[in-house]
Amino acid sequence: MSSVKSPCSQQQQPGFFDQNKDRQAWMGLLARASKTTLEQVWQDLSERPEYGMLRAPETGMVMVRARAGGEGGRFNLGEMTVTRCVVRTADGRMGQSYVAGRDHRHAELVALFDALLQNPERRDQLNRDLLEPVRAAIEEKRTQNTRKAAATKVDFFTMVRGED
Amino acid sequence: MYVAVKGGEKAIENAHRLLAEERRGDRQVPELTIAQIKSQMTLAVDRVMTEGSLYDRDLAALAIKQARGDLMEAIFLLRAFRTTLPRFAMSEPIDTTNMKARRRISSTYKDLPGGQMLGPTFDYTHRLLDFSLMDDGNETQAEQDQNADPDADLPRVTTILNHEGLIEQERPDDEDAPVVDLTREPLDFPAGRDARLQNLARGDEGFLLSMGYSTQRGYGITHPFAGEIRMGEVEVEIVPEDLGFPVVIGEITVTECEMINQFKGSATQPPQFTRGYGLTFGHGERKAMAMALVDRAMRAKELGEEVVAPAQDEEFVLYHSDNVEASGFVQHLKLPHYVDFQGELEMVRNLRKEQIEQQQMLKAGE
Repeated sequence: MSSVKSPCSQQQQPGFFDQNKDRQAWMGLLARASKTTLEQVWQDLSERPEYGMLRAPETGMVMVRARAGGEGGRFNLGEMTVTRCVVRTADGRMGQSYVAGRDHRHAELVALFDALLQNPERRDQLNRDLLEPVRAAIEEKRTQNTRKAAATKVDFFTMVRGED
Repeated sequence: MYVAVKGGEKAIENAHRLLAEERRGDRQVPELTIAQIKSQMTLAVDRVMTEGSLYDRDLAALAIKQARGDLMEAIFLLRAFRTTLPRFAMSEPIDTTNMKARRRISSTYKDLPGGQMLGPTFDYTHRLLDFSLMDDGNETQAEQDQNADPDADLPRVTTILNHEGLIEQERPDDEDAPVVDLTREPLDFPAGRDARLQNLARGDEGFLLSMGYSTQRGYGITHPFAGEIRMGEVEVEIVPEDLGFPVVIGEITVTECEMINQFKGSATQPPQFTRGYGLTFGHGERKAMAMALVDRAMRAKELGEEVVAPAQDEEFVLYHSDNVEASGFVQHLKLPHYVDFQGELEMVRNLRKEQIEQQQMLKAGE
């Protein structure tokens, strides 16, 4: 499962597979970004491209699958809402999105940034202004959750814990 | 037989207006917001999403508001809504082993790698009413352990047990094989584990709790231990046909329970521990535990155990677990059955008449 990695590290050579890998990473990040952040970065862009909808935002469902015992046979747990969108920017790049929830604007913004990120000239800037802060926000939330959970760690049978 | 009735439009409309007024309650009190339900009635939202079988916190909160807090009614509303949406994809199986756990406990090992974290639990509370909640201003902040490692592994307790080979292994199924989907196909018997787990995941918590409890009290005993319970976030990934590679669409919160059960062995299997599995959307620990008990009980036949109790009877469990179906069938009884009832009335009158006539004939014959 992909995790919160920097999608466009400097070391990577550009190429078809890397492109897909990068794209996979940024699409995952954008889907988890808050709409407020996406809207802000979009509004702050020095040049916002003209674009049209190839597929207007549409809400549907994804059936969430799980495995018996976490690692055994697959079964259908239940569905979740998801919104998808496809845009084409004036320079002919096609941006796509699949975003949990029912927010059409959110899906539209993710598709737009997907299109913009496919332009190598824009990538460094968007990496810095958008993807890195999004990644940092996700990590921060995770770290907070982990720290709060860790503060509730128990040892039921040993009375003394390793603290001063 | 149900014969339709006509009329009552005005009364029905007025009843719905009355319902809306009562839902709103005292106008002096601010109206409840969806955001409030979503962030402060989280466990109600979780239950509605799990049994409504649709993960969407806003919609679940809306359903709870609309249903005036009647969770079963809210579940019905969510189930009805999901039928209006197209399905875009099936997800890749979620990876609960790599869950970012906010709670993780085991009743079988005290020192397990990654540790036991109580998380936000009602356990060990005294169950005394907290009158400080009568007022506003509850701003308690959680403690944080600054040394915690967010990337620490949390190996499954069942994996630890397996180092000694003492527990049965769950093996992935054939990726090309179909997975039963009860939203698209009817329940068929004997039901596979996939159908059973989907049914239980959607099933009523109260029903499963009672069924699980019955196994503990001796009706199909399973000797369970809560091997592991964990709650936290997992990523959901799909492989859209138009992209051809997997993308994460978001994160969901889930609760997982692995019950470990004693098993004396059979002709083909050595004595070992067996497993029962429970999984819910959100924080649904009681449900996940009950589900795991019932899942294990229904594996009786597969494990060569005698089927003697209701919880082991898959037809009994799977046909009665769904509260939307159950509630619909029970509640349809209050709809007008006037013609039906007239028929029955006539029949009872006739039976009574025949009985009296027979008695009179017997008397006359004496």
